[in-house]
Amino acid sequence: MTIMSGAEILIECWKKEGVKVIFGYPGATTIDIHHHLAVSGLRFVLCRHEQAAVHAADGYARSTGRPGVVLVTSGPGATNTITGLAGAHMDSVPVLVFSGQVSRLSIGNDAFQEVDIVGVSRPVTKHNYLVLSTEELAQTVKEAFYVATSGRPGAVLVDLPKDVMSGKAQFSYPKKVELKAYQPHLVPHPRQVQKVADLLAKAKKPIIYSGGGVISSGAGEELLKLAELLNIPVTTTLMGLGGFPGTHRLALGMLGMHGLYRANMAIQSADLILAVGARFDDRVTGALDGFAPKAAIIHIDVDTTSIHKIVDVDVPLVADARQALVAVLGALGPIPPYDKDERQKWLDRIKEWDAESPMTYDRSPGEDIKPQMVIESIYRLTKGKAIIVTEVGQHQMWAAQYYLCDSPRQFVTSGGLGVMGFGLPAALGVLVDRPGATVIDISGDGSFLMNVQELATAVQENLPVKVAILNNGCLGMVRQWQELFYQGRYAATILEAGPDYVKLAEAFGAKGFQATKRPEVDEVIKKGLAEPGPVLMDFVVNRDELVYPMVPGGRALNDMILEKTHLP
Amino acid sequence: METPSDSHKRHTLALLVDNRPGVLARVATLVSGRGYNIDSLSVAETMDPAISLITLIVSGSPRIVNQIVKQLRKLINVIKVTDLSDVDYVERQLVIVRVKAVSENRDEIARLCDIFRGKIVDVSSKAYTLEITGGEAKIKAALSLLAEFGIEEQVSTGLTAIARSSSVKKLTL
Repeated sequence: MTIMSGAEILIECWKKEGVKVIFGYPGATTIDIHHHLAVSGLRFVLCRHEQAAVHAADGYARSTGRPGVVLVTSGPGATNTITGLAGAHMDSVPVLVFSGQVSRLSIGNDAFQEVDIVGVSRPVTKHNYLVLSTEELAQTVKEAFYVATSGRPGAVLVDLPKDVMSGKAQFSYPKKVELKAYQPHLVPHPRQVQKVADLLAKAKKPIIYSGGGVISSGAGEELLKLAELLNIPVTTTLMGLGGFPGTHRLALGMLGMHGLYRANMAIQSADLILAVGARFDDRVTGALDGFAPKAAIIHIDVDTTSIHKIVDVDVPLVADARQALVAVLGALGPIPPYDKDERQKWLDRIKEWDAESPMTYDRSPGEDIKPQMVIESIYRLTKGKAIIVTEVGQHQMWAAQYYLCDSPRQFVTSGGLGVMGFGLPAALGVLVDRPGATVIDISGDGSFLMNVQELATAVQENLPVKVAILNNGCLGMVRQWQELFYQGRYAATILEAGPDYVKLAEAFGAKGFQATKRPEVDEVIKKGLAEPGPVLMDFVVNRDELVYPMVPGGRALNDMILEKTHLP
Repeated sequence: METPSDSHKRHTLALLVDNRPGVLARVATLVSGRGYNIDSLSVAETMDPAISLITLIVSGSPRIVNQIVKQLRKLINVIKVTDLSDVDYVERQLVIVRVKAVSENRDEIARLCDIFRGKIVDVSSKAYTLEITGGEAKIKAALSLLAEFGIEEQVSTGLTAIARSSSVKKLTL
């Protein structure tokens, strides 16, 4: 037992939790913490906006599987974290924001830079805390890490009044957390496991629908085993990409609004869906009354609230995805019997769908750069090994469709909340832990400007992010809806005054390259990858290119627009 | 998916929660954040001062109420949620009501108060103030009869509820 200040206790707690790096931005109420942090041996990454700091911590957490930690000041510093918290929380990413707060006696007095951040952040966090004494700080921090990382992971905020940080208390780090009311249900129920195994063995046209939970629980290997054991095709959500190898013979690719034809058709025709760590998001299911009409549904999820929320399921299995799959594999045994002829017919049918409408675009010769080509070139030149981070919009969907990720945590994207401006800071978060990796932020010219200031962070911290902007001079996804469903009235979606991206990169001390014609694409990518530092690659692409296939809102998954000519 | 205007069944939810600042706000935010209204609410400490009981009345289809119950169970400070509507239970509410009482009907009001096992807690030359406890139906009946004499003011607590001992076994969740 030693007497320490709140600031010192906080840093000790971080060390005990294995924290190596903190992202954030300082201010009046966190000076005490920074004063000690500077000599603590922990790395502080000074981002240029608090929102970006949370995205960076989020990217770090998605890439490593360890919690991302953020330190910001009170008032605007704290409110700026809300989008980041909401995004991390919706995608079940363990992120902890530690926010400064005015001294306890000033709380509620409209003090300078005071805001009730616990109140503001309540709906976008898994839980949050206001620490009211230095004595309870260590216990609270321990609890916060436990809540953020256990069960279905999520975002947690801890609010730290300035005088609690400067006050002193005896420090001893609690060994464990006991929460009466919070006990994540991780172990699968054997009876449910047996039901799952029986259904899987009997199914003629089964499909696995795999989500982000497979990645966060580390169930990739078990999923691969199960799919190969019973020869079951696998479709993944946007969040689940990489959870099953994208180039595997059983991989169908992404499903949903911009999912592959074969994946959506397979879901609609399947007699059994095994959903693992996925939550039947509206972008996945399309119109609910037309979703998978012939299928029995098994739903494996660690969060009971996900089950029966959107669709009625036949066999729910509340458990950690990995533990559940281990148990199912155990129940199936090493050589489970299943109808191999039926399975071959099913896989052949899926191949026919793929031949009917493969993932492609108009590749006819020409000068103009098609955005899909850029993704394909990046894929080829990085041999499919880069870590892909994205912003939100058309480029995000093309990246999901054309960059086939084989490993979990290789594809980092803002799925649930869809945050434009997520990619650049998230890519920096990935690079903090993996300085040698090739990390590419696939961006659009709209999203990129939303957190462009982070180029300064990249340069200062020496984080060699490669940003590929698919520059179409518009907000492409909204424009796509306007073209298809709003009579081509392009309201507020044309970005006429974009910056000169090469000069912009140089102004920040990074390198910039531009490609305006097809033959320049490979050249620019090669130059960008060869640079040791941060790089901005500006690909001026064809504005008319749309993301296909597309399931229009309110239609069933098999009701896809496949290409422009099919339009009424 | 149902919308808030769909089928309404009334559910009485009993929540055991940590007795701490902000817990009621979490519960209220969770319900309101999904577009549902809390019809009635009462909060008080239990025998264990570290734990409070929140009695919450919400209306909705089974799917919606199930989802609310599951989401409430997910809150870190919520220890136990019981949907009392699934079992036999006793619910009570306290109403205090000031009724116009002139000489020709004072006796009748007092009798009525007796019938509903209420109490007259304040008397003036022009009014009686009555205290009545009961379940929702009884309170409704009493108030509609008293309304004939003219209600000047009326205040009420939220409903609170407890399972009958015959049902307690069923509640192990």
